[in-house]
Parts: sequence; C-alpha cells; structure tokens
Amino acid sequence: MYNFNYHRPTSIAEAAALFVKASEARYLAGGQSLIASLKMRLSQPSDLIDLSGIAELRAIKADSANLTIGALATHNAVASSKDVQRAIPALAQLAAGIGDRQIRNAGTLGGALANNDPAACYPAAALALGAVIHTDKRAIAAADFFIGLYETALAPGELITSVSFPIPKTANYQKFQQPASRFALVGVFIAQTAQGVRCAVTGAGPGVFRSSVIEQALTQRFDAAALDKVNVAAADLNSDIHATADYRAHLVKVLAQRAVAAA
Amino acid sequence: MTKFAVGQAVSRLEDEPLLKGQGRYTDDVKLPNATYAYILRSPHAHARIRSLDVAAAKKAPGVLTVLTGKDVAADKLGDMPCFIPIDNIDGSKRADTPHPILAKDTVRYVGDPVALIVAETLNQARDAAELIEVDYEERPAAVHTLNSAKPGAPQAWDHVKNNICFDWQSGDKAAVEAAFKNAAHVTKVTLWNNRCVVNSLETRGAIADYDAKTDRSTLYTGSQGASLIHPQIADAVLKIGKDKLRVITPNVGGGFGMKIFLYCEQCLIVWASRKVKRPVRWIAERSEAFLSDTQGRDNHSVAELALDKDARFLALRVTTHANLGAYLSNFGPYIPTVGTRMLAGVYKTPAIYINVKGVLTNTVPMDAYRGAGRPEAIYLLERTVDTAARELGLSPDEIRRRNFIQPADIPYKTALGDLYDSGDFPGNMQRSMTKADWTSFAARRAESEKRGMLRGIGMAYYIEICGNGPGEGAIIKVDPKGTVTVFLGMQDNGQGHVTSNTQILSEKLGIDASAIRIVQGDTDFTPEGMTGGSRFSATGGTTLLMAADKVVEKGKEIAAESLEVAARDLEYKDGKFTVAGTDKAIDIFQVAAAAQSKKDLPQGEEAGLNAKVSYALPSATYPNGCHIVEVEIDPATGKVEVLRYTVCDDFGSVINPMLLAGQVHGGIAQGLGQALFEHTVYDEQSGQLLSGSLMDYALPRADQLPNIDFNFHNSPCTTNPLGIKGSGEAGAIGAPPAVMNAIADALYHAAGIKHIDMPATPQRVWQALSGSKAGKAA
Ligand SMILES: Cc1cc2nc3c(=O)[nH]c(=O)nc-3n(C[C@H](O)[C@H](O)[C@H](O)COP(=O)(O)OP(=O)(O)OC[C@H]3O[C@@H](n4cnc5c(N)ncnc54)[C@H](O)[C@@H]3O)c2cc1C
Repeated sequence: MYNFNYHRPTSIAEAAALFVKASEARYLAGGQSLIASLKMRLSQPSDLIDLSGIAELRAIKADSANLTIGALATHNAVASSKDVQRAIPALAQLAAGIGDRQIRNAGTLGGALANNDPAACYPAAALALGAVIHTDKRAIAAADFFIGLYETALAPGELITSVSFPIPKTANYQKFQQPASRFALVGVFIAQTAQGVRCAVTGAGPGVFRSSVIEQALTQRFDAAALDKVNVAAADLNSDIHATADYRAHLVKVLAQRAVAAA
Repeated sequence: MTKFAVGQAVSRLEDEPLLKGQGRYTDDVKLPNATYAYILRSPHAHARIRSLDVAAAKKAPGVLTVLTGKDVAADKLGDMPCFIPIDNIDGSKRADTPHPILAKDTVRYVGDPVALIVAETLNQARDAAELIEVDYEERPAAVHTLNSAKPGAPQAWDHVKNNICFDWQSGDKAAVEAAFKNAAHVTKVTLWNNRCVVNSLETRGAIADYDAKTDRSTLYTGSQGASLIHPQIADAVLKIGKDKLRVITPNVGGGFGMKIFLYCEQCLIVWASRKVKRPVRWIAERSEAFLSDTQGRDNHSVAELALDKDARFLALRVTTHANLGAYLSNFGPYIPTVGTRMLAGVYKTPAIYINVKGVLTNTVPMDAYRGAGRPEAIYLLERTVDTAARELGLSPDEIRRRNFIQPADIPYKTALGDLYDSGDFPGNMQRSMTKADWTSFAARRAESEKRGMLRGIGMAYYIEICGNGPGEGAIIKVDPKGTVTVFLGMQDNGQGHVTSNTQILSEKLGIDASAIRIVQGDTDFTPEGMTGGSRFSATGGTTLLMAADKVVEKGKEIAAESLEVAARDLEYKDGKFTVAGTDKAIDIFQVAAAAQSKKDLPQGEEAGLNAKVSYALPSATYPNGCHIVEVEIDPATGKVEVLRYTVCDDFGSVINPMLLAGQVHGGIAQGLGQALFEHTVYDEQSGQLLSGSLMDYALPRADQLPNIDFNFHNSPCTTNPLGIKGSGEAGAIGAPPAVMNAIADALYHAAGIKHIDMPATPQRVWQALSGSKAGKAA
C-alpha cells in the first residue's frame, strides 16, 4: 500500500466536500475490492473517504412497487432482510451467494455497483429488474449505468446513496461459480417485470448485458423448454483459464433454463 | 494430567495454546530495532539483465542497503545446492544449474530474485524497489513440460540440450520387451499429473538477528528441520561456518514438503543482516509464495501394461517427462526418479522398465510435495490398471484380485527391488468395498440417472515407501526437578509431534505427560533431523524409544550405585527403579539428581541422566490402502461432486488414532484438490503464471469435501520396533487415482469416455461430454 489520508465523515454532504478538497480521493465502502487493489499497489489515492460513518446509507425499505436499499447495506444485510426476502426473494438469494461470509459481512451494494466487476452479481439484478441508482446528484437508470469493464456512469466524486428495485412478478438468479474466486463464472438473472421478460447476464462478457435471444424466446413462452432451441452466441464472450467462450455460452443457456424453472 | 499410552486417541496438546493465539510462528518473532526486507523479483520468465541501476533506490528514504547479484559475486557467495546426483542412461552425469541467491546476469523464471532492499519500514523498502531500473533483454522461455524437450524448443539453459537435464532409466528393459512380445493384451495410457502450488497456510519467512560481539547470526525460519538448512546457509552459501549461525524454527503453519528445502531468501536475510548489523525481517506475501515456493508434480507419462490372456500383468513400461523448473532444488531430481519405485504397486508384475527425462523450464523450481513422486507413480499405475480392466471387461476389483501380491507371498520383493515386509492387500480392498457398499452401486447409479445425473464409482489401491532417509537424532535429558526434556531433530509443521512423542515417552518411561517437554527446531540444542517422507513416527518414534532405553540403562547403573545392588537386579517401571522382589526403589528424578554427582556415576559416563541417539531405519516401510470414491456429475455443467469417500488403510501400529485420522483427512483433501480443482497454468509463450493467486488457483474447501469414512486394517510393520509404517502422505497418494477412476467410470458409462486429465474442472468434464473441439481446457 502507498500512504494516504483517511477520513470518516458522518454525512453525505461532508463526504462530498472532502472528495472535492482532496487531490485524488476514493470512497471506501466495504473495502473488499478497493483494499485488495491498494495492497497490490494497483492504485494510489491521496485520500480515502470511509463511508461507514454515514448511518442513513444503510436503510432498507419496501413499498408496494419498489424495494429501496441503501448503498452501504452489506450483502449479508440484504440477504437476511425480511423486507428483501418478502419483496424480491431472488435478490436476497443473490446476496447470500456472494463471496464468502467475511465478504458478505463487509461488502456493500453501492461498492459492488460502483466497482462494476464484470463477474459481479448485483449488476445482473440491477439491469434485469430495471433498477434506479440514486446518487447525491441524480438518479441513473441501470440501463445507462453500466458502461464497460469496471466502468460506470458515475462522475468523479459522485456518491451512490441508494438503489431502487421495482418489484417484479417473478425473478430468479442462477450463478455458476468460478472455481477459485467464487465470483460468477456465469450468472443469469431472469425476471418477469412490468416492462416484460428480462434476462441479464454477468461473468460471461466484458460487462453485464441483456440477452435478447433469451428474452425473445421467454416473452413468447415463459418456460425453460422455450430455450431448448435457443443458440447463445459465443462470439463476444470471455475466454480465460477457467472457461472458454463456448463453455460460457453454453452455461448462459443452462442457467437461464434453471432460473426460469426456479422463478 | 495423566499418563498416556500409545494407541490412545489423545487430543492434541498443541491445540489449546495455538487456538488461544499463544503460538509463535516466524512472523510472531519481534526483535527490537528490526529492519524490513523486500525482494525485487523478475517479471520475465527468461531474460538477460543488460543493466541494473540501484543508485536511486539506495538514496531513497529509510533504505539501509540494496544488494544485487554483483554483491553476491563480490562476496564470493556459493550457489544453492542440489543434493541429488543422477546418472544418465549413457553413463554421463545430469546437467547442473548454477543457482546464485540473486540473479547475476540472467533471470530464469517469473519470480527469480533480482535485488534485495532493506529499509526501516516495509513500505520504504517497496518504494525503493520501484526506483530500481532493470534493463532486461527478453529471451524465449521454455515453459511446457513436453514441448520444451523437443528439438528447437526455447532453451532454459544454453548448455542443456533440448532442456533435458537427465535421461534416467530403471528396471529391466530386455525382460520387459520380451514380455510385451508374449502379451495377449496391451493397455496404453497417456496422462498428465498436474502441477500443484503447495499453498501452506503460513507463508515462508525469514528473520535474521546479528550479534556483533560474537559475529554470530540467528535465523528464525519456518522449516521441516533446522539442521538441514543450517549447513547449507552457513557453509555452502555464506561460507561463514556453522558455528557462526544458529537456526531456530518456531511453530510452522504447514509445510507439505515445500518447507524442507533451502530457499534464496533464507540466505539473503542472514547475509543482509550481517551487513546492516541489525535484525532483518522478510515474510512472503501469498503472491510471492505462488512465485517462489517450490511446486509439485507436473509430469507427462505414457504407460503400457502387458497382460496375458487371464489379465495377469506381465510387464509395465513407462516413459515420463518431469518438469524440474528453472533450477534444481535441493531434492528436485529425486522426486520423479526415486518415486517411480512405487510403479510396482501391490501387484506381481514380473518386469518393469522406466525412463524418466528431467526437463528444465523457465518456471518455479520443482521439488517434493506431499507424496513426492509416489502420487505420480500410483496415479499412473492405478489409472492404467482401471483402463486395462475396462478394455478387458473386468471389474476394477477383479483385475486387482488377480494380480495382488497375496499375504502368503510376503515378504515379497518387487521387480523394482522393494521388499514388502507385511500387508494384506486383498483383505484391505474387501473391507473398503464392504464399507463403501460397492456391490449395491448399480441401484444408486439408477437413482442418480432418474435425476439426470451421472454417477461413477472408482477405487485405487496405493502403496508407498516411507521411513527412508538420513539418521534422526533424539536427546533425552532428565532434570532432577521433575521434568524430562526431549530434543528432537524432526520438526512439527502441524502434525502433532508434541502429542505423539509425549504419548510414546509417557508410556515408555511410565511418567506423567505433564512432566515431558518436547523441544524442536534450534540448532544450538536439537540434533539432526528432518520431517518428510512420512517418516516421523516410524523413524523418529523408534529413535525416541532407543534414547529412552538408553536412559533406563544408564539409570539402572546409577540406581544400582545408590541402592547398593547390582544393576541386573533392578526393574524399571512407572518411573521407578525397583530392586526385584522388594519394595526398595528410587524414582527416575532422584536417579537424575544422583547422576549429577561423580560419586554415583559409572566410570566414563557423563554427568546427568541423559541419552543421545542417532538412528536411521534399516529398511523402508510400506503403508498401503484402498480408497473408494463415488461421484456424481451434472452433465449440463460438468460439475463433479464427491458423494462418498471410503478408505481402508494399513499403517501398521497406531500411536494416536485421532492424529492419524487428521493426517488421512488432510491428505485426502489435498489429493482431492489436485484431482478436481488445482490448476496451475503458465502462459506458454510468456511463462507468466496465470493462476498466480487464490482468486484464480482453486484450493479445496470444506463445503466440497465429503465425509470421509476412514478405517484401518493394520498389519504391523516388521522392520521397526514400534511396528509403524507412516501415514502423512497416504491420503494425497490414494485420492487422485480413486477420484479420477470414479469420474472415468461415470463418463465411460454415460458416453464411452475413457480418460480425462486432472484437474477434472467443470469445463473439462463438459468438454469431454460434449465432444467439443473448441479450445482445449487451458
Ligand atoms: C474473494 C472475493 C469473492 C467475491 N465474490 C463475489 C461474488 O461472488 N459476487 C459479487 O458480486 N461480488 C463478489 N465479490 C466482490 C464483493 O462483493 C465486493 O464487496 C464488492 O465488489 C465491492 O464492494 P465494497 O463495499 O467492498 O466496495 P469497496 O471495495 O470499498 O469499493 C469498491 C469501489 O467502489 C467505490 N464505491 C464504494 N461505495 C461507493 C458509493 N456508495 N458510491 C460511489 N462509489 C463507491 C469505491 O471508491 C471503489 O472504487 C467478491 C470479492 C472477493 C474479495
């Protein structure tokens, strides 16, 4: 690690002000991604602004249409929240399957979205459910939020405060673990929403994306068998030491079928 | 506390302090005024160092010294030793790989140490390292075990043609060729034994202290025997002489063979501390461990088994290419050669011929990893036997039954010269099959198939050779104040040596366990020894018993003087020397007090009730057993789940069944890891380790391990007094072939697939099932 200044503000305004003052600041949430990259000296912020003192960022609340989760809610808080389990059980199940116990107790929703790891789970849920990401400046639709590999629509210093997930008719998330990290080698989130059937895929490509072939087939008939003849193209998918693009394409279809069956 | 007996499942005496954080590992050694070392490592697999500029680093804040290969040369330091001579088939000697502790003009693997920076803080040392400018001229890298041995492949060393460090043979080539001519059937198997990164929980470390008054250094370092590295550092590399160095090994958090050997860092840290005249600390990060701990396995083998019309083995012929890494580690060439003795297995194969080519590559040096050559041999043999059974339409148990060395054949000398002293191989297999419900497997398979899953069952019968090696030392000192201190050369690295030795000695001397103190890992006090090759209990235990016998013998002489009787009239029991048939007695601690004064000492004996023994077993031991595994495969994803695990082992006599089960469980976990998960991937062009962290290198985890049904059917070893055979490596040897035989059973039954290589990752299994040609598993 390189040296940095450390701050622990207690309000959103204070956090934003600290960010502006510093030459190269970073927000620190659960630290599960950021601290690892600092330890490997992959980044060198001048200031770390620890968000853990801002209590209002942790709230979870549901009404009849939306489930709203504070950016600082940990994966474990989401997994064990009665509100989440009632409103969108698929989201609670997704959070319960992230990393391991330690990571779930520290890692946060806001951190996961801001980080936009191509193999992270939450981006699939946000995209499939048509979530709205609220920041200290504006509201961003999930469809506009995830831009590319580790890249989002957030401007420098823009702070995610909460995320609203419209409550779907049915939803399910299926994840096939990368054997070592247990991130998603492939993860598929299927939802029947007010806007129609949505299928978001993570882990398989350079960033989270929607699979139109799967959505089309499921729009005609929401049934696992409807995907039997669907061909998921491998062309734009990742190949690495864990999986070829072909294997990933195959898994997208298998997981989509399982998600439909379980939804 | 109480007196313990051998055979009791005493819970580990080590656990309470370790669990309370009272252990003392290398990193816990805090010395005042300590400095921190950082090692700059090569980012290239193979490159010439055109220039190396450390001027800016030397001037950086907090920096005390920066050392490079130039300093190594200037100080005329010696190279890192390799102890294993090998004769090639043509009579010439194996090639040598001079290995300085810092690269001089060439780097040969990603991670090869290039410079050592010592600073007041670790961060300062790292900052300074970023100021070092190295101008590398990259050279093509030899990476792949098999391809590197082909003519025209990149050379890891200019003087080693086709990277073949040695071309070694063993067995009877002519007899094998004759047998193949008469064979009714020949089974041929080609396979990889995958490379493994050892990953001990505690990474390696070295902390050196220097005392200017005596010009003496003390090195604290995790090892599997301080006495093995002591002369290497002091005499071979630094050339300061053994009396100028004391090596202390505190608690060790796992070694698995990997911590036996000398590493550059241990020498570097002592050397640097003598230069800055202050303590110097270095603890490896996990990413450094991936790039610098010796790795294991990485063999490519072709086996041919000749059988007669009744499926009896006539001959076995094996050709292996073994990756040695960039430099020969202490025992590097030993592993792929000597381990092949176990290719005889538990079968009456009359003729065996083996050819092993040791291949140098631009990868991390290779050496022993739990099993050290025997897992490679047994995996190859047991996969071949299963394949032969399949080709001939026999069941796995039937082909083994036809070829087993029967109890009546023992003692049995194998075609490779091992003399098996004891064992009941058919009995072990039967017991394992019964416990595993082998005969009712078909019903379980049918049930899995109903759920769309593929089920397979597989067995492997392993035998291994243990107890070999140099002499082990044990010193016993009886303190008149009421304690018995044992100094051992062997080194615990998690096995529970304190517990098992206390048990042996408590029973032998009939004294309370709380009166016994076990000391290991301090070259100022502990004798020679090394933990490795599953030899601790058989060799170390015997040595301890012999030392205890000597204590009793000497005690009798002294007690005889005190009690004014003849020594032969004394009996020793429960800590007392008693005059036979009377109640006249003196206890062992009173005898120890008497032994302090000249008056009662027999002529020529040293004062004190002490004994020292150094002992090597006259012959090896042969633990063996039968592993049975049941797997279920999800054909849609290729994911393998191990549903059942049954093992029946023959370990000879048992000191502590609980410690034994711990060894078996740990070994199986590692074997299962190798079979299913552990995938070491080097980029073939660049020689970069792609699976260089735990985010990409999958170790087995608790939720992936089945319940292990561990049984034993022991035939005591006849060649050592304790009857012990050794158990430390057994699990890691038996598990890979048993798992892979089970997977092959499932895949053959479902799709006619005869073989896939380890690790059986989901992608590999799926590719085999789908017959996908698109991209072989990386
Ligand atoms: C071994 C391991 C396994 C994992 N497995 C999974 C998995 O299976 N699935 C999965 O989805 N994830 C997984 N993760 C990632 C984990 O979920 C992390 O917690 C997450 O990616 C980052 O969240 P964090 O709260 O720790 O953020 P941090 O590490 O603190 O921050 C990450 C980035 O987000 C920024 N940031 C944080 N909060 C905000 C905010 N409110 N507004 C704006 N920017 C912000 C930070 O500045 C930083 O750039 C795993 C991580 C590890 C180490």
